[in-house]
Amino acid sequence: MSLLDYFKTSKTSSASLAKERLQILVAHERTSKNQPSYLPELQDELLNVVRKYTNVTQDAIFINFEQDEHQETLELNIMLPDDNDKKKTKSILGK
Amino acid sequence: MVTSGKGGVGKTTTSAAIAMGLAKKGHKTAVIDFDVGLRNLDLIMGCERRVVYDFINVVNGEATLHQALIKDKNCGQLYILPASQTRDKDALSKEGVEKVLNELSKTFKYIVCDSPAGIEKGAHLAMYFADDAFVVTNPEVSSVRDSDRMLGLMSSKSRRAEKNQEPIKEYLVLSRYSPERVKLGEMLSVEDVQEILSLHLLGVVPESKSVLNASNAGIPIILDEKSDAGQAYADIVARYLGEEKPHRFIETKRGFFGKLFGGK
Ligand SMILES: Nc1ncnc2c1ncn2[C@@H]1O[C@H](COP(=O)(O)OP(=O)(O)OP(=O)(O)O)[C@@H](O)[C@H]1O
Ligand SMILES: [Mg+2]
Repeated sequence: MSLLDYFKTSKTSSASLAKERLQILVAHERTSKNQPSYLPELQDELLNVVRKYTNVTQDAIFINFEQDEHQETLELNIMLPDDNDKKKTKSILGK
Repeated sequence: MVTSGKGGVGKTTTSAAIAMGLAKKGHKTAVIDFDVGLRNLDLIMGCERRVVYDFINVVNGEATLHQALIKDKNCGQLYILPASQTRDKDALSKEGVEKVLNELSKTFKYIVCDSPAGIEKGAHLAMYFADDAFVVTNPEVSSVRDSDRMLGLMSSKSRRAEKNQEPIKEYLVLSRYSPERVKLGEMLSVEDVQEILSLHLLGVVPESKSVLNASNAGIPIILDEKSDAGQAYADIVARYLGEEKPHRFIETKRGFFGKLFGGK
């Protein structure tokens, strides 16, 4: 590497940081854009049902909606508290 | 249709340049200002003192299209339909816009729609009936993000999307580009932006002082044939019309120093 190259690359480029942030953000916004508007409510109600029987916290439920050309998938993750260990229940509802 | 989501990135500059470019190539062209309440296209086109009636007057039947269209002083093939300065954006309706566009398309080959910023009513109406979209983006995070949102709306909320027709053709116009700053790693490169938006690049418009000079004088930048930005827009129009033109204004101008060290 020549001295000139060294000066060219030594600075952590702010453009590459911008690119990285954008790639993550844009990917996230593209998938969440088509999410059905009932998702937050569904999550809330599910949490209440699960709470009736178990002792879980707000962040124990994770709902993820995904869409491709062929199908829409609603992924539901509930972290159940267990006495000795944490069990994970996972169900996938396809449409 | 010329859109961006984010404000101030160069939509009106681009609309004026593209409309003039198409007209100069001999195509009968109309350019419409959709920025109701904040019209500016008339100033950039240098016809602000000749505005009598506007887009809203035509929609409301208070004036005929013929009365409202302003013939450009530099090119007989170009007509401008200004926006209203006094009404608000609710004065436009989908039906009203459609009626005007249908009437214009009887006599005009190209209708260039200058969208307002944002994703609300005005921007939605400007893009709703579009066949082709020029997405004006600056190499900067918020502009790229807003362009992506706009692209999402075009693919779901346009007439073509709703009627399951072929989607709007989308073209990237990367504006206010500074190859020097890209080289220093301070600015997103054209490849970066293309990779994120996955859009067909129609052209890069360099950051240029001549753009402000042109707007000061009320002359679309494309008529300043000596300026880099003017040439960039001429290339953009040519490529849009199907001509093959190698991309320019992406690399830094090689100065003596650059040549000496063989930098690229
Ligand atoms: N290539 C360029 N180089 C330098 N300045 C530019 C360039 N393109 C546009 N500008 C400047 O940027 C400013 C905004 O341009 P313009 O009015 O075309 O943006 P806009 O997207 O239409 O804005 P708005 O969202 O308010 O309608 C103007 O001052 C213009 O002169
Ligand atoms: Mg504008």
